[in-house]
Amino acid sequence: MKLSDYKIEHFFDEMIGADGRPRSAVQHLARNLEGLPDGELILRQKSADRALIQMGITFSVYGASAGLEKTLPFDLVPRIIAGSEWNRIEKGLRQRIQALNLFIDDLYHDHEIIKDRVVPAEVISSSKGFRPACVGMKPPQGIWCHITGTDLIRHSDGEIYVLEDNLRCPSGVSYVLENRHLMKSLFPEVFKAAKVRAVSNYPLRLRDMLEYLAPPDVVAPHVVLLTPGVFNSAYFEHSFLAQQMGIELVEGGDLVVNDGFVWMRTTHGFQRVDVIYRRIDDDFLDPEVFRADSLLGVPGLMQVYKDGNVALANAPGSGVADDKVVYAYIPEVIKYYLGEEPIIPNVPTYICSKESDLKYVLEHIDQLVVKAANESGGYGMLVGPHSTKKEQEDFRQKVRAEPRNYIAQPTLSLSRVPTVVDGQLEGRHVDLRPYILYGKEIFVLPGGLTRVALKKGSLVVNSSQGGGSKDTWVLAENEAEADMASGAVMESQFQTQGTTA
Amino acid sequence: MLSRVAESIYWLSRYIERAENVARVVQVNLNMMLEAGEDPQQWWPLVNTTGDHEDFKKRFGEANQHNVIQFLTFDPANPNSIISCLRAARENGRSVREIISSEMWLQLNKFYLMVNEAAARHRIDSPNEFYSEIKLASHLFAGITDATMSHGEAWHFSRLGRKLERADKTSRLLDVKYFILLRSVADVGTPMDDTQWASVLRSVSAFEMYRKRHGRISPKGIVQFLLLDQEFPRAVHFCFNAARESLRAISGTQAGSTLNSAEECIRKLCSDFSNAQVDGIVSSGLHEYLDDLQTRMNLLGVGIHQTFFAKRIPESGKDPHGQRGQCAA
Repeated sequence: MKLSDYKIEHFFDEMIGADGRPRSAVQHLARNLEGLPDGELILRQKSADRALIQMGITFSVYGASAGLEKTLPFDLVPRIIAGSEWNRIEKGLRQRIQALNLFIDDLYHDHEIIKDRVVPAEVISSSKGFRPACVGMKPPQGIWCHITGTDLIRHSDGEIYVLEDNLRCPSGVSYVLENRHLMKSLFPEVFKAAKVRAVSNYPLRLRDMLEYLAPPDVVAPHVVLLTPGVFNSAYFEHSFLAQQMGIELVEGGDLVVNDGFVWMRTTHGFQRVDVIYRRIDDDFLDPEVFRADSLLGVPGLMQVYKDGNVALANAPGSGVADDKVVYAYIPEVIKYYLGEEPIIPNVPTYICSKESDLKYVLEHIDQLVVKAANESGGYGMLVGPHSTKKEQEDFRQKVRAEPRNYIAQPTLSLSRVPTVVDGQLEGRHVDLRPYILYGKEIFVLPGGLTRVALKKGSLVVNSSQGGGSKDTWVLAENEAEADMASGAVMESQFQTQGTTA
Repeated sequence: MLSRVAESIYWLSRYIERAENVARVVQVNLNMMLEAGEDPQQWWPLVNTTGDHEDFKKRFGEANQHNVIQFLTFDPANPNSIISCLRAARENGRSVREIISSEMWLQLNKFYLMVNEAAARHRIDSPNEFYSEIKLASHLFAGITDATMSHGEAWHFSRLGRKLERADKTSRLLDVKYFILLRSVADVGTPMDDTQWASVLRSVSAFEMYRKRHGRISPKGIVQFLLLDQEFPRAVHFCFNAARESLRAISGTQAGSTLNSAEECIRKLCSDFSNAQVDGIVSSGLHEYLDDLQTRMNLLGVGIHQTFFAKRIPESGKDPHGQRGQCAA
């Protein structure tokens, strides 16, 4: 395997510098890749694919025929982030989450930020994620966004930008843990030498955070994870996290509200539930408050929550900040609440409900990425330079009809990482989704999920649109931070029957 | 534990056991054909054992080796075919993935993929090997379950499901074979008859253990062994004893306290089996006896469902907390 054949073209490459040489943090890995005999890479890739299928690490695809399962393609070549760069990203994420939490709390209480004319009132009131039912609510410990999966990208200028905040039910963290597990078994030697920061304590951190939210009088809180069920595309993750945390995985039908508390149906009668990590959107949480046709939620749940007898994570209503128009104001939000400049900048965003922005967007739609304000998963989106004239015209009409529902951003050239394609390495675009937990303190999982657009030239990394994932290595700055590589061989001799030691 | 979860674990192991039992009867029939020559008559009892006689007749007409094997192994429209059982087992397994051990899930998944790949090819290259693999995969799953899962409530539900399914299948097999075999009176005592009886024993891996216990093969000896033996693990009585132990562990019932309906059912079954004599069973009609046994096993299934799985709502005005530890049926 020769890295000299690898072409970075005019993109920022996470592994190879503009001079064509591996970046300093990546040298271990580069040497190891170059040392692999021909054909070895494809063998290890096949072994990884097989492991994923046998472990049943699959997701179901919406809109496809029932029961269709796919594995999230996993690419062998990790994305590596130097420790010093990561420290800055981590600081930026803490800053952002802190500001977002103050912001959401303000929106449901005194609206200071609106009174001070930093964010227009109509932007908030028209956001689909804003829940009038949550006005005046005081979530346990004053925290709204307990679990966040912020999407970051690196542009060709080498700078990292925040693309989306994802405060509702960010998924993907199970792949971070499983990818790491795979990498340790496939490349134990590189892994050990590289000194990578551990990710395996995430489930424990998550459980600690959830227990911290329990009503104050509860001594041993009973925490559960609420899933929409086996047909949800992220079911694997729900089940995996429940297992890793050692908590129960429940469906709406397992829970019932009675006498001001939430109970679950067990083989031995009813048992009280204190904290719910819910992986169901606000809309479906409680048919008495939100969508009446929801069969996934628990009737009466919101009243119990309001009375402080059960905690929900994330807090209902926190999705208001997921609106892509609200997103555009977050740099101002950070300055307003913290009096600080944002450490990680936003991607410049045109707000189509502003007349001057709208005009620019309609004129330059072929150069921009246009996104619906309340969609996720890569749906409802136009990538201008990769679109046909007809698609552009369709989007112009959509934007004109509902300007409030659209934003546009310049087409950023996402950075690339070498990726195995037919046994050779080719550059593919990536983004990065770190996970942040907000409990007693803010915890940022080192690295996060690197999603990779496997189609040549594609900028869409979503799993539903042909994306895959990579392990993300944040390098430790000292030995104590490094993850232990598995696969150490037991050296001791065992006694066997009929032999004398 | 959650009622829904308990139900899924119970059915997960029932379906695995069911798939194994289907593989057993098919394999033994194939082997019998080798010894006795191809006889289409020998394929009907297999359809009867699984209880889907009518459905088969409607869709396939006459039974022969090819269509019975397809029906029992790969037919997705037959809810008791091996592939259907494995699909159902896997769906149940998926919904309790965080309760069972990772090793169990891995084995369940491999098992399913193995059969699914064969189903996609519509062809079994080496039937003997294929059905042996299915039996082994089921044993492996049961062994992994016992060796990697805490023997708490969830495990007891899994054992309960496995034992009741096994008791059901052993009794059905006995019913079908006894009826068919005794009908051909002319054969009684001939070498052909012995071959067939030996095949009944082989289909539940009982041939060797039977020999050790009873020596000569006789219809009564077989009935005694497959129904009433308390040491042979596929005998109905043995299965009932194990099911009773698990139900007791699940309910946490103390000696002398009232029993829930499921426990009451299994208690009576065990005590009746302890008092039963094979001569009495055969003289008053084995078929009638087994018919009655099927009804009682169905009642036990209903009792288990109502006691542990059925969705209840808390009684209003009462603190539902006080209901913890009870198993109101």
